[in-house]
Amino acid sequence: MCHQSVGLVARHAEAAGIPTLCMTSALDITRAVNPPRAAFLDFPLGHTTGKPREPELQREILIGALSSFETMTAPGSVKELPFRWSEDEGWKAKAFAEGDERAARHDTPQYQDEEDRRRAEQGGPPSCPVCRS
Amino acid sequence: MGPVDYIPRIRDNYARLGYKAYNWVEHRDTAPWAPLCKPLSECRLGMVASGGIYVAGQVAFHHKDDTSIREIPADVDTKDLRATHFAYDLSDARTDPNVVFPIDTLRRLVREGFLGGLSSRFHTFMGGIYSSRRVTEDLAPRLTGRFREDGVDAVLLVPV
Repeated sequence: MCHQSVGLVARHAEAAGIPTLCMTSALDITRAVNPPRAAFLDFPLGHTTGKPREPELQREILIGALSSFETMTAPGSVKELPFRWSEDEGWKAKAFAEGDERAARHDTPQYQDEEDRRRAEQGGPPSCPVCRS
Repeated sequence: MGPVDYIPRIRDNYARLGYKAYNWVEHRDTAPWAPLCKPLSECRLGMVASGGIYVAGQVAFHHKDDTSIREIPADVDTKDLRATHFAYDLSDARTDPNVVFPIDTLRRLVREGFLGGLSSRFHTFMGGIYSSRRVTEDLAPRLTGRFREDGVDAVLLVPV
């Protein structure tokens, strides 16, 4: 649902006059929501802008995607980026088990680690007061 | 092999778990359109990412239709970024946040002159929001208001 939410935000901003570009790794969800511009990266979810610790690849991906701002002319265009996750595409079969499982959801903050919780609860470095609500 | 089809996959998962089918948003209209009026090398770019990124010291997102927003300073130290989410494998995002929040990549593209500059802050949220109405009526207007405050020429959106 992340891809849907992001597409909806893009449509709203664009309608307000702000040009947008959505990255996507879930082409069917993005095509359904129909954002103004999108760049499709055929990678497993959780890698919408590249592989970890591969800054050159990350750079090429963003240049390929962002250049769409200057080249796309039709609303609803999707650029398919020419990068592959791996030679074989075994990850696509495994991906079936991922995604939204409707597992138990907690309405309390879910910290990456306990140190983060301690810092946030003690009022750590500056953070937006609005966001704390 | 073509792209993974997530809509049927999620529908089948829901059916297996006994939930009713999710109503995906489907727009068949012509999408809104605002052309970029100057080259990227003169543009100030904003970014919003839905992968549950926050900065150490901020309150983390929760996992139950959280529509709150975190503000990430554009000069944040990358090693202070954290990720929390229920719907994707976080291990790579925690190793290198640039896979879902390309902060170092964008800063590099500014240094190289590909982009004119960056917004002084970026915005993150938890994208797994079940209610599309809450996104359209609540989250999206708040984010658009922030883009306006930020004075950005264009916005990159990164889901997971």
